[in-house]
Amino acid sequence: MTTLDHVPADVDKPKAATPRLHVVTGKGGVGKTTVAAALAMSLCEGGRRVLLCEVEGRAGIARLFDADTLPYAETRVARPGRPRPGELYALPINPGAALEEYLADYLHLGPATRALDKVGALDFVTTVAPGLRDVVLGGKVYEATRRRNAGTRSSRHAGQAPTYAYDAVVLDAPPTGRIARFLGAPGEVAGLARKGPIHAQAESIVAMLTSSTTVAHMVTLAEEMPVQEAMDGIAELRAAGIAVGSVIVNARRPAWLDPDTELGRPAVGGVVQALAVAGLPERQVEVIADGLLVEGRRHLERLRLEERLVADITGLGVPMWELPWLAEGIDSGSLQVLAARLCTYVGDGVPVGAA
Amino acid sequence: MTTTVFDVDALLADRSRNVIVCCGSGGVGKTTTAAALAVRAADQGRRVVVLTIDPARRLAQAMGLHELDNAPRRVAGVGGTNGKDGHGGLLDAAMLDMKSTFDELIVNHARPDKARQILANPVYQTLSSSFAGTQEYMAMERLGQLLAEAESTGSHDLIIVDTPPSRSALDFLDAPDRLASFLDGRFVRLLAAPTRGPLRLLTAGFSAVTSTLTKLLGSQLLADVSSLAASLDTVFGGFRARAEKTYAVLQRPSTGFVVVATPDRDALREASYFTRRLAEERMPLVGLVLNRMATSVAPLDLDRTRITLAGLPEGTSDSEPAGLDLTRRLLRLHAEHSTVRTAQQAQADRFAAAHLDLPTAFVPGLPSDVHDLDGLRLVGAALAGDTLMTSV
Repeated sequence: MTTLDHVPADVDKPKAATPRLHVVTGKGGVGKTTVAAALAMSLCEGGRRVLLCEVEGRAGIARLFDADTLPYAETRVARPGRPRPGELYALPINPGAALEEYLADYLHLGPATRALDKVGALDFVTTVAPGLRDVVLGGKVYEATRRRNAGTRSSRHAGQAPTYAYDAVVLDAPPTGRIARFLGAPGEVAGLARKGPIHAQAESIVAMLTSSTTVAHMVTLAEEMPVQEAMDGIAELRAAGIAVGSVIVNARRPAWLDPDTELGRPAVGGVVQALAVAGLPERQVEVIADGLLVEGRRHLERLRLEERLVADITGLGVPMWELPWLAEGIDSGSLQVLAARLCTYVGDGVPVGAA
Repeated sequence: MTTTVFDVDALLADRSRNVIVCCGSGGVGKTTTAAALAVRAADQGRRVVVLTIDPARRLAQAMGLHELDNAPRRVAGVGGTNGKDGHGGLLDAAMLDMKSTFDELIVNHARPDKARQILANPVYQTLSSSFAGTQEYMAMERLGQLLAEAESTGSHDLIIVDTPPSRSALDFLDAPDRLASFLDGRFVRLLAAPTRGPLRLLTAGFSAVTSTLTKLLGSQLLADVSSLAASLDTVFGGFRARAEKTYAVLQRPSTGFVVVATPDRDALREASYFTRRLAEERMPLVGLVLNRMATSVAPLDLDRTRITLAGLPEGTSDSEPAGLDLTRRLLRLHAEHSTVRTAQQAQADRFAAAHLDLPTAFVPGLPSDVHDLDGLRLVGAALAGDTLMTSV
């Protein structure tokens, strides 16, 4: 783990406002996309409108909502929550398209971008300057987070600030191996153009990420490598000044035994007796009892490892949220189950603050 | 449905195979599988070198890999004199250092001054460390180097390659082309084109594009790319040609691909795409490894488990005989395992139906990660169908 001496001790404490940008990361394969989608659904509770973004060109979000692909546009994919359904929108951010938009909107280069595209320059740019690509991706997320509705005449008369277009934005972010670079890109891009629109854009993104508007959630499994990466990842996020709101332990299997259960030879007799009472044939009872006890011992070993890992996580001082392993796999139905669980942590659309 | 058994020991003993490539999407246990195959092959008399990509810290330490090191290092405690022809088996291990591999490529193929220029170029530095595709390209390049060395000096007779963890199993086949396409690409070639002489006219309409890009990227970056493109162009006959050469190695009958997956929908979808692609590219696929299989020890199927649970007397915890509560819990644990196994079997069957005759090895899930040689030997034994743990 990296040392955290230089990081202010209160970096995780909620500051003034409620976070509205939720950055979800974790080791590849832990279920980050599923958890991001479930979090987005839970934040819709109470009739809220939420945007779920994805930046790595994967089709994961589309599949979760029973679609083959999603267009590069904010598309409503669900209306979760009862009795007042909220609205969940999804946006898979495509770096090439985002760059084209950026060139048109900020540099007013509409027609020129077509010429660029014809010579393969847009692809080139996003490749040779990955920092620039990440700033453009980050810029889309930034814009969606701060976008406000036009506001009605009466609200303007009353001097009320227009409401936000989205009550929350959830970013299904790059995995722990890439997240630090992605979030750090705006800072690095200063070297590319010392002033001008890109520099300004990059600075705004950094400001939002390190403000109370943004909170990160680290997804992991109760397994060694994911937990190690989660701990390293949290250190990196904190070093970058980004508040970490939770560690979400995904796919938790139930514990069937107490950790101090006696499973040695003395236990056999009791199990044999119980199985006989339950009607299993006498000649099978011993073999089955032995087998069940072997399974029990392996389960205990597993539970002890998980206990150690959970202790490592809680030692970080970040709230730990848990999601159950679902036997039937992940589809739009099971997403609702996970979202309901996250509602207990997230409350009425408002995340519970750091401990 | 019964799948053909993957005879792993036969594969490892086959002297006509000198390259085994382990592929699959990230998080399925590829590195552990590659390492386990390597240890087993060495124990059985092969002279093995295993190229790992991103091993977990403790596993790397167990194999004596303390840092990124392209040079293979001998793994102590592996091998022996079990070889049929009396040779001792041995295992060398290396972790891919993609930047070093790229740097070496440049140094070995360019004049010293040109090489220095390239290595110092900031765009080269970005490409050699963060381009999505460099790692896969360099893994292939390193394989080519290890193979050439093994075949000319006889240092090793089997190379086992772990492939980079990526979001898609197909990245391994596609990514090398991506780097080649980028460096040989239309735009880069235009940037590298001369600004004097007859060809200059071709680039005339190009200046509007470059001025836009200059606003976006800064003139220094664009100049760096031009100079890099121009230098690399002269270094060797195109990255693409080189990528194709290493591809050809993958198509030889002496190469065998092992697809690694777990028995769940996402991993098997990737494995499926990969299996079809390998067939299209005429690359030899020799088997499928399914890791993290749930195991049952008690011979009791799900239905009987439920019936037995129902047959246990209800009682309050104070008046219950000692073993009753324990038995109830163990049966519920067993029922969970059975449910998982049934689901896994259904996934495996669906895959088998689509890819008939693909030999398959089933490896039980272990309570913790594999950290040492003993653990790798357990996995190797399971791969070879050689242990009680596989009784499912």
